[in-house]
Formats: sequence, structure tokens, C-alpha cells
Amino acid sequence: MSTTLSQLDKIKTGAWSGGRSPFNLEYGKIMMWSFLVSDAFTFSAFLIYYGAQRFAHVAWPDPDKVFQSIPFIADSGYPLVFVGIMTFILIMSSVTMVLAVEAGHRGAKKEVINWMILTVIGGLMFLGCQALEWTHLHHAGFWYGSIPTQEGVSPEIVLAPFFTNGISEVSALQFANLFFTITGFHGLHVTIGVILNIIILSQTINGTFERKGSYLMVEKVGLYWHFVDLVWVFVFTFFYLV
Amino acid sequence: MATHQENHGMTGAPATHEEGMSVGKIWKVFFYLLALTALEFFIALALVHQGHVEKGLAVNIVYIALTLMKAYYIVAYFMHLKFETFSFINIVSIVFVLIIYMIVLMLIEGNYLLTEYNRYPWWPSV
Repeated sequence: MSTTLSQLDKIKTGAWSGGRSPFNLEYGKIMMWSFLVSDAFTFSAFLIYYGAQRFAHVAWPDPDKVFQSIPFIADSGYPLVFVGIMTFILIMSSVTMVLAVEAGHRGAKKEVINWMILTVIGGLMFLGCQALEWTHLHHAGFWYGSIPTQEGVSPEIVLAPFFTNGISEVSALQFANLFFTITGFHGLHVTIGVILNIIILSQTINGTFERKGSYLMVEKVGLYWHFVDLVWVFVFTFFYLV
Repeated sequence: MATHQENHGMTGAPATHEEGMSVGKIWKVFFYLLALTALEFFIALALVHQGHVEKGLAVNIVYIALTLMKAYYIVAYFMHLKFETFSFINIVSIVFVLIIYMIVLMLIEGNYLLTEYNRYPWWPSV
């Protein structure tokens, strides 16, 4: 009898025998991952649709001609420079977030606060840049459902500066709608991320995690923040580079 | 009988990840990401814009490969997925087969539309 019992005990220590998380992960982190996977599907659907539309149309706006300004410095002639700065800001704020998580592992409250402040600043800077980018495009005449037009001038001439091979009103409209939808949805994620980061920062300052004895919440919000950076990597490639 | 299990409760923090990221490793990954982005900019600004390389499928494949490498570094190291259990890594990553499936479907659809748009010149393309 005693041998049977000890055998049962032995079986029950396996990862999938129940009684503990088989992933050796905390519940909230698993839930954050499931949310991020589903969110990744949303963004993938957006970007795949963009790619398919672009592939299907004979002419498509040339991103190097649409995005070529650096706000306050140059109005045209510098494609990729401004978006390069935005990419750098977001990657940088991702790094400060990992550093905050790392400091949390050591329980170093002061370092967590410093890195979280830098992460929040990075997020706000990115949002500011995106606002400038949107403003610039809006002034050029692009918006949801609208493309540059001019009274008495044929669309072919008005749209010519944005195209390299062929000109298409339909493509310009698709491009405008998809650009504002996808970067808008990403911007919404960044905004939520900044709000979450601010909440985490104030909780750290208040000593909530210190009392709990674990900075797990910083890790969970960190996962979300890295995901936002991850999405931007893809948006950057498919909207600006390709 | 159940004495073995009392330390394996589902609540509370799991065993800490000893193999996590050190500060040095974080900066190393950051420089990989920076280098990959710089490479993308080099290809775009120094090769494509100067006319050394034609914009097209070949360059796009290079861009996408670099993007996927960046994505790997972010997910594996920053999001710590590389250090999770084997089963969890699979659960999170295998579903993306569906994304590949959707890309294939949408490319087939896009290709069909492209031939149709070319066939009917009345489609507003001025």
C-alpha cells in the first residue's frame, strides 16, 4: 500500500499533473500574453489587408514622397529621417522598460522609478511625434476618406507629387484610410501604454509593490509596452520602407 | 500523502527567473536592434534612394527578414519568451501559422484583383 501511494506522489510532481501552473508563470502574465496574441492578430489583419491592397493596385502612393518632412526643420526632401527618430524613441523606451523590470527583480525601488519615468517620457515623445506626423499629412490634404484636391485642377496633377509610377485616386484614398486607421490604432495602444506606465509609476512611488514584495506588475505592463514597440517595428517596415 | 505539493500552489509569484536579463545583456540586445534598424536605413537611404538598387521584391524580402529578426529579439529577450517553458513558447508562437495562412490567402486574392484591375481600364485610375 505504501509503495502505491509513493508512486502516486511521484506522478503528481509532473508539470501537467495539476496543482500548479504547468508554465511556471503567474496567472496575470499568462493572461497578458493571451491578450497580446489576440491583439497581434488584430494588427496582423490590418497590415495584411494593407499589403494585399497595395499588391492589388496598379499604382500606389510612394511613401518616400508622402513622408519627407522633418517638423520645424525641413518641409520636404528628407524621407525616413523623422520616422527614424520615432523608431529610435520607441526602441529606447522599450529598453528603459526592460531596465525597470530588471531593477524590479532586484527590488531596487529607486531605479524602477527612474527607469519608469524615462519610459513615460519616451512614450509621450513618441505620441508627440505621431501628432506632428498626422498634422503634416492632414495639412497636405490626407485624412479619413479624403485626399488632396484643388478647385479646377485635375486630380492627376494634384496627386502627382505623391506617386512615382502611375497615379490613382482610389489608391491614394485607400492609403490615407489605412494609414490613419493603422497608425491611429497603434497610437491608441501607445496612449493606453503611457497611462498604464503612469499608474505603475505612481504605485511604485507609493510603495505598493515594495509592500507586496514583488514588482510583477511592472513585468506585466512591460510585456504590453514591448508589444507596442513590436507592432511599430512592423508598421515602420510596411508603411515607410517597403 | 500530499506533503510534496504544498509548495506548488498556483497563487503568488512563481519561481523567479534566475536566467533572466542582466543589465549588460539588455544593452547588448538594444545594440542589435539599433544595428538592424541602421542597416535598414542604410539600404533605404544609401542604396535604394541613390539608385544603386531597384525598389522591388528583392529589397522587400531583405526588409522583411530584418524586421522579423528585430521582432525575434524583442519577443525573445525583452518580452522574456526565450526563458519561459517550452510548452508556453509553443502555445504563444504556433498560432501564428494562421497569420502565414492569411498572408497567402490575401496575396492570392490581391493577385486576382490586380489582373482584374488591369483588364478593366474604366476602373478610376487617373
